[in-house]
Amino acid sequence: MSRQVVAKASEVEPCAVKVVTVRGREIGIFNVRGEYFALANRCPHAGGPLCRGRIVALVQSEGPGHYALARHNEFLRCPWHGWEFDIRTGQSWCDPKSTRARQFRVTVEPGAALVKGPYVAETFAVSVEEDYLVIDLAAAATPPAA
Amino acid sequence: MNISLRRPEASRDAPASLAIVDCDIHPAYRTPADLHPFLPARWREHMATFGEHLRQGLSGQLAWPRMMAAGMRVDAFPDEGPPGSDLALMRAQHLDVNGVEYGMLMQLSRGGMEERNLDFAAALSRAVNDWQLETWVKPEPRLRAGIVVPQEDAAFAVSEIERRADDPAFAQILISPRASDPLGHRRYWPIYEAAQRCRRPIALHVQGFSGGHASTGSGWPTYYMQEHYATTTGMQNTVTSLVFEGVFERFPDLKVVLIEGGFAWVPALCWRMDKHWERLRKEVPQLTRPPSDYVRAQCWFTTQPIEEPDDPAQLAEVIDWIGWDRLMFSTDYPHWDFDDPRQVFKFKLTEEQKRKVFRDNAKALYRLP
Repeated sequence: MSRQVVAKASEVEPCAVKVVTVRGREIGIFNVRGEYFALANRCPHAGGPLCRGRIVALVQSEGPGHYALARHNEFLRCPWHGWEFDIRTGQSWCDPKSTRARQFRVTVEPGAALVKGPYVAETFAVSVEEDYLVIDLAAAATPPAA
Repeated sequence: MNISLRRPEASRDAPASLAIVDCDIHPAYRTPADLHPFLPARWREHMATFGEHLRQGLSGQLAWPRMMAAGMRVDAFPDEGPPGSDLALMRAQHLDVNGVEYGMLMQLSRGGMEERNLDFAAALSRAVNDWQLETWVKPEPRLRAGIVVPQEDAAFAVSEIERRADDPAFAQILISPRASDPLGHRRYWPIYEAAQRCRRPIALHVQGFSGGHASTGSGWPTYYMQEHYATTTGMQNTVTSLVFEGVFERFPDLKVVLIEGGFAWVPALCWRMDKHWERLRKEVPQLTRPPSDYVRAQCWFTTQPIEEPDDPAQLAEVIDWIGWDRLMFSTDYPHWDFDDPRQVFKFKLTEEQKRKVFRDNAKALYRLP
């Protein structure tokens, strides 16, 4: 069983992260405007605790003297060396082709469905009234970049 | 766990079972009042009334805004006080999990190095040395203090070095590489003489506060990123000054550790110095050997922040030239550009190279048991 219930959907607030441990792996779950994404809490650059970093916007520039913020709260900046990753894809901003944070598929499931199974909820009871986040350890959320 | 690191071969070099010496750990005060118990009343009152007089504008503030939280690892903030001020967190987050056998303390702020009032500088120096002993080394015997002295008052510096000389808690002597003059100047020689006599290396850590000079030869940088590069050129200026003024020739047992200034520049600098020495030797007859000889014999370098060439093998070549017995591992904990001992080298080291860089070179240099 690679799918596991890890949190109530309401526990992960917008622009925030909740770090959970699933079978010994620390995984950060992010809520980007109602969409949920899950990244391993380990930076692919040097092994830092990636999900403890800040959730930031992307600073862009058309040239010297111009700057703009884009994609607010969609990037994660590693707390050690400051590498920035796209929360939606896990891709590094500076090295998108070969550096990517490990990502897991996360889905929202109604409690009513979960109570019937077959999903595993090891750490807490599931009630029918709420929505839950389910992580699939076996599935990358998006295919690797070409 | 199937995570691909940026260069996967790196993780195989984890010194998992090897105890390491970390040559650059930054302790911090919870508050400036932490120094009060170690300062005479006269200087506590001075501090409260006048504050400090650092050799830069905006005292009490970093010279450059840092992109990470005040230049710190974001995960290194304790419940109270700044990163580096909580021994329990330092143990849990670094000393224990990274197998640190010895950690060399680099206390850079409020140690008198940059204080213009020399009497106050002397009091700060003595206080910060007592503080290192009582707050860090006595409770945590894995740590070693550095004798922080104000290099602009050589007479006091010598007395403070001699005062600590019999205490193995103090492994080296810290002065600023951004002094009022380049460090080869004779005004600083009494410090080198004392260091040689007391068998302590001189530790030169790139320093945020300057002796009043711009950090680059062409003026003040605009960005922190530029300032970060300026530390490597600043270290080169320091090495050339020590070589050509004759410091290494005059004090052949003096050992100098260059900390956080990079090291990939060392071969190129030495090639250039040697070339010029062959042609211009008459100007500096005090040198009896090629400049690179002095560097190889009397300079040590720390790893962090390590250079990361696209082809990691190129860094191995650089180290081959410098000598595997002259490079010492460092993390810079708890600063933002911390190097993890398991990830720092992106190429495969031999067992002997690993032992030397991660432990044995530092243990020999600092005469650690």
